[in-house]
Amino acid sequence: MINTMECAVDAQSLISISLRKIHNSRTQRGGIKLHKNLLVSYVLRNARQVYMNEKYAEIYRMQQYEEVMTVCNEIQELNPLDLAEDCEEQRGDCCGNGGVSEPASLCCAQLPVSQLVAVQSAHMQTPSACSAPLSLQRDEVCKETEPSFYQSCCAEAYPVSNCEFSPVNNLHCNKTTVLDLDTHVVTTVENGYLHQDCCASLQQCCQGAQYSGKKRKVDFEYYISDIEEVPDFTPCKRAKFEDCSYANSEHLDTSNISNLISIFGSGFSGLVSRQADLEQALALNGQFCSKQALSSLGAWTRAIVAF
Amino acid sequence: MAGAGGGSNDVQWCFSQVKGAIDDDVAEADIISTVEFNHSGELLATGDKGGRVVIFQQEIEKSQPQCRSEYNVYSTFQSHEPEFDYLKSLEIEEKINKIRWLPQKNAAQFLLSTNDKTIKLWKISERDKRPEGYNLKEEDGRYIDPNTVTALRVPVFRPMDLMVEASPRRVFANAHTYHINSISINSDHETYLSADDLRINLWHQEITDRSFNIVDIKPANMEELTEVITAAEFHPHQCNTFVYSSSKGTIRLCDMRASALCDTHSKLFEEPEDPSNRSFFSEIISSISDVKFSHNGRYMMIRDYLSVKIWDLNMENRPVETYQVHEYLRSKLCSLYENDCIFDKFECCWNGNDSVVMTGSYNNFFRMFDRGQRRDVTLEASREGSKPQQVLKPRKVCADGKRKKDEISVDSLDFNKKILHTAWHPQDNIIAVATTNNLYIFQDKVN
Repeated sequence: MINTMECAVDAQSLISISLRKIHNSRTQRGGIKLHKNLLVSYVLRNARQVYMNEKYAEIYRMQQYEEVMTVCNEIQELNPLDLAEDCEEQRGDCCGNGGVSEPASLCCAQLPVSQLVAVQSAHMQTPSACSAPLSLQRDEVCKETEPSFYQSCCAEAYPVSNCEFSPVNNLHCNKTTVLDLDTHVVTTVENGYLHQDCCASLQQCCQGAQYSGKKRKVDFEYYISDIEEVPDFTPCKRAKFEDCSYANSEHLDTSNISNLISIFGSGFSGLVSRQADLEQALALNGQFCSKQALSSLGAWTRAIVAF
Repeated sequence: MAGAGGGSNDVQWCFSQVKGAIDDDVAEADIISTVEFNHSGELLATGDKGGRVVIFQQEIEKSQPQCRSEYNVYSTFQSHEPEFDYLKSLEIEEKINKIRWLPQKNAAQFLLSTNDKTIKLWKISERDKRPEGYNLKEEDGRYIDPNTVTALRVPVFRPMDLMVEASPRRVFANAHTYHINSISINSDHETYLSADDLRINLWHQEITDRSFNIVDIKPANMEELTEVITAAEFHPHQCNTFVYSSSKGTIRLCDMRASALCDTHSKLFEEPEDPSNRSFFSEIISSISDVKFSHNGRYMMIRDYLSVKIWDLNMENRPVETYQVHEYLRSKLCSLYENDCIFDKFECCWNGNDSVVMTGSYNNFFRMFDRGQRRDVTLEASREGSKPQQVLKPRKVCADGKRKKDEISVDSLDFNKKILHTAWHPQDNIIAVATTNNLYIFQDKVN
């Protein structure tokens, strides 16, 4: 296990630094130094591993949350009065573990048997099957957690806990504040609603809990502006899109990536194939995060060993 | 002169000389890239980034009560020039990567110097006599009309001012696709090896148009590359044995009697990684930057980024000694990665009787480890300590916040001032320490 606490640098910045080094080595006097680039590729691989682990953990937590919320919604639809208590109990159980996300199956295991069927079907459902405000929040969470994917591995652990996102259990929820180190966006989760307290480069993402309708529109616009850049189908643009939460200073890296791709050709074939995945993901919206995470797996492996 | 006995605590190191420009503005061509004493210790060679070799000669000053010795410039010549590989559109740096002296056979001295691609054999010879009294030639070289010659004489040699000439006797080229990192002369006095990132070649000193490839670790598919060769050396006594180190922190010992191609090692020296120290940079800091056999041939020393390790050739599973050079840098690795310092290749060296080892660090510090007495010392090569015979004061780096007087904190270290190359006189306690563009010579205090 990599000791990620050694300094306040995250996997993402290491990746960008490494790519910059590889790019610069091409123009260094004396030609490309094989030894140095090999070592840099090891750092890239290590950083990627940490980054992917964090991302998978995040996706797992998100999926658990979605499943629990789906179950709760199902239960509420069935019998809002009786089952709200059950849901609260579930969340209470979950929260009782100090915010550690329980697997949805565990939470649901305490439901009456008659509702288990609904729960199981809820597992298979897409997030969009849920009620509108909730799905919006969930998408919102998905997008907002996307910046959190790139949070420093040394930063505070992303404190997702099911109860915090619950619109029902607003009595005992804690206020959780998360700072995205790349975009300097501060996100507060309070009583199940998301706030973004301050925004550096992503002004359009600022929202308050009471502007739920506007939120959706703004989000859409936010993505639209990036989508328009994507159809060029160049790696540069693609990388920029998927790095939508990166700071602007990362733009350099995308041109590095495109150069690397042009050098190494088929070694980066995985990156090329991601383009189709990304476009699909746009339509699905909520599933964007997980698809991206999964599709990047092979590409990076090939990229790193391309030397 | 005192023998090379005694540990670092017995020896008091004194400043002797410093060579090079005082100017703080360092020209890149003046950056010293290699330092090497010859087998007697009388000559000290340095190579720089500009492709030049400067040789200093020891002159014992018998006039002084203490027999101090001074190294003065003996010869300077341009060994390598920048080249351009038109086929690959690559510039080949003229930087001298390594110098190795050949054992002396006659009055002349021979050394091998190498840049990234080409190895050259140089002959350094003295001329202190010249023929005078030619019949058909004037002293200045003008030809005499034979018709004016009335008497004949036999030319004789007369003394002249000493002139040191360096002439390239052999050029060993076009044998390495990758960058040469090491050359090592065999104890058979006939052959030598040269190593690049992926291959090691065996040469005969007299033959330039061919070499034998004895190690090739290039994978069939370069995408599968996981390690490169970082250093190689012949055993000091066994002409069939050599070792090479890798970027993965392993050392392989090969026996040329076993097969023509020594891809399969005879011994593999590898220490298991400590999982608690795993970090993003584990691979970088475990990469070996230098490997040196002890003079007696029983041990070998390796240098990785943070430590010096001594291996017994008879034990492959772990080193017999490990010395931390600058463990306080372990928490700074990401900064050192950003500023490229983590890629610095430090060298190491043994003293004459293998009792003390030395290596460089940052802030112009260098470290000595006394193997017998288990003590170490940190010294500094700086102009401030450069008064003649001034004893060097041990330095200490403070890793935590509680800095004592005369200690220097880790954050105050100057990472641009690094000592990568050091050399120890083969017999005496004289050391040559190269800072960026200066060469410091220290000697033990003679009472």
